[in-house]
Amino acid sequence: MHELSITQNIVAIVAEHAKGRPVARVVLEVGRHAGVMTDAILFCFDVVAEGTPLQGALLEIWRIEARARCRTCGTEFTRDTLFSACGCGSLDIERLAGEELRIKEYELRADVKTAPAQSLGGAAHWRPASARRT
Amino acid sequence: MCESCGCSEGAKATVINLQTGAKTEIAGDSAGHPHSQHHRHAHDHHPHNHDHPHDHHAHVHDHEPRTTVQLGQAVLRKNDELAAHNRAWFAGREILALNLVSSPGAGKTTLLERTIRECGALHAFSIIEGDQATVNDGERIRAAGAPVVQINTGTGCHLEADMVTRALKELAPAFGSVVMIENVGNLVCPALFDLGERAKVAIVSVTEGEDKAIKYPHMFRASNLVLLNKIDLLPYLRFDIDLCLECIRRVNPSAGILQVSATTGEGLEHWYAWIDEQKKSARDAAFA
Repeated sequence: MHELSITQNIVAIVAEHAKGRPVARVVLEVGRHAGVMTDAILFCFDVVAEGTPLQGALLEIWRIEARARCRTCGTEFTRDTLFSACGCGSLDIERLAGEELRIKEYELRADVKTAPAQSLGGAAHWRPASARRT
Repeated sequence: MCESCGCSEGAKATVINLQTGAKTEIAGDSAGHPHSQHHRHAHDHHPHNHDHPHDHHAHVHDHEPRTTVQLGQAVLRKNDELAAHNRAWFAGREILALNLVSSPGAGKTTLLERTIRECGALHAFSIIEGDQATVNDGERIRAAGAPVVQINTGTGCHLEADMVTRALKELAPAFGSVVMIENVGNLVCPALFDLGERAKVAIVSVTEGEDKAIKYPHMFRASNLVLLNKIDLLPYLRFDIDLCLECIRRVNPSAGILQVSATTGEGLEHWYAWIDEQKKSARDAAFA
């Protein structure tokens, strides 16, 4: 369940970047071969976000296909598994995409007054990750 | 551990110095959500399917104006930065650091015990032991004659770079020594978390099944060396060693593979030679 740890990172990074302002939406890019279960991240997100500026925020996950180029024949193709061979049989593969795990963007609520009361109350409990870990 | 969500508030990792008995807690990086709100919260939101091409978990239905902030930050950047710090720390001291990964029971601790006993005169070993609970492995390593720090991850399923930083502070490994980091027995999660090691060594035993590498490709692809352990048991098992090697090579054509028995010592001279070689290249890299 490293997804819990990953979700904690997502919330901490956005909360720190947003400097306590309420966040409405987070867009996460996850490659097909990133090695994480997106369902598990979604499962953890609400709970981890609670009491932070991300409370009640929408988490959107954009999947990125695993693209690769064969160094033997030059063909570009989509890999089903981490170790799929090229159609020509070669395993000498250059990985182009599909292992991303990054926060693409987030959306702030422009009008703080319309944010749910819990978000504002919860923000008081929140400190940046760096403050806790040093 | 919180039973509602599986989150680990209160389940901090603990670093235990087995030489001094000193214990240090490492705070988890959760945002510290109030647990009293779980139950009410859990039913507020329902994932719903629109015609989006991506997974969608929606529960904001208002339309106030918003500002989009482009971030483009790798989720594990913080761990990667801390790992880079560890790597530089090792390089500056010409220390070889290895990250040992396997499923539980593959023989990591037995391998370390024997390595310390047989190579301890040649290399100064110090060990970082990762387990969810107990100092049992730490005690075994200490009895084998190497300084050891035990990290108990609580509910955590892998070691992270900051835990290793903290353990190094306790361990204070000598210049030119070898630090072995025995990760939590798990072939999934530790693959994603760089600790600052020079190489990952995956250990798989012949009692586990030939197709381990293709079942857990992330880990085997991330490893520089695979030790196929417990080969002394081969006469008692139906284990197709060629199939096992083929599976490893399919996932990672460039990984070294050594067949060993940590119990009888068979094949371990190649493992020791590999450590020597890595140590030399770690030292050369420090001056490159």
